[in-house]
Amino acid sequence: MTFLEVVFYVFAAVLIASSLLVVTVRNPVRAALFLVLAFFSAACLWLTLEAEFLAITLVLVYVGAVMVLFLFVIMMLDIDIAQMRAGFANYLPLGSIVALVMAGELILVMLSGEFGATELPRPAGQAVGYSNTEALGRLVYTDYVFAFEVAAVILLVAIIAAISLTLRRRPETRYQAPEKQVRVRKEDRIRIIKMPRRPEEKS
Amino acid sequence: MIPLSHYLIVGALLFAISIVGIFLNRKNLVIILMAIELLLLAANVNFVAFSHYLEDLSGQVFVFFVLTVAAAEAAIGLAILIVLFRTRRSINVQDLDRLKG
Repeated sequence: MTFLEVVFYVFAAVLIASSLLVVTVRNPVRAALFLVLAFFSAACLWLTLEAEFLAITLVLVYVGAVMVLFLFVIMMLDIDIAQMRAGFANYLPLGSIVALVMAGELILVMLSGEFGATELPRPAGQAVGYSNTEALGRLVYTDYVFAFEVAAVILLVAIIAAISLTLRRRPETRYQAPEKQVRVRKEDRIRIIKMPRRPEEKS
Repeated sequence: MIPLSHYLIVGALLFAISIVGIFLNRKNLVIILMAIELLLLAANVNFVAFSHYLEDLSGQVFVFFVLTVAAAEAAIGLAILIVLFRTRRSINVQDLDRLKG
């Protein structure tokens, strides 16, 4: 057993175990933390597949941004865990049967001899000077540049949607009305009146 | 060396676990969103594995886009969750049957 195989099996076991805990643990905060562990081990699996850029992206984007967002939301909401767990045992038999059948079928296909070590041998690793990030960047900015732009538009739409969904107008808050402010004229604000200089100088 | 099928089996197990997670936590919308993230991760593991074994980088580019869409989906899903909690004071999926008005 080479060192790479040991790394693969250890991280695969951690990935499977932590994802099992994500869906079964009681507390949503713990579920989010186990999901962080699952993403981290998946990133390590991708490192064994020489996908360095995506592995680092997974850690940065998911562990750094998305999971923090999840934790924020979980801690902001006051969730009744006991009520959420009602019916957990009722769904367990059906869910596990479906999952076992699905996993069994998929594993049967994958062990059918199409994806074994002899049919698809593992390619030799890249040379020392090879940069995965550079190769991926060349591909993204040439062949897939339209898809890249569409992805940027999707992210923009997501930003606007998330902000406009959660933006709340409180009735007690005072707001400025800039369009009224710039349209104000001098006559609306000040009134010039003629007055005599001294009270006794009645005209 | 590790055959491709072992990576695919890891992806298949992850996929099945996330399906059972959606079955088990039918009331808790947060855990359902997390299970969807796991499901996309399972698909991504398969993409990266095939990309390495077939020596074609296009699979990794596709994972890049899946990550983008998954991040957008998580953000909008959590925003909807917050709005739902603000109006109904619960995130029970079974309270979600009256979305009109």
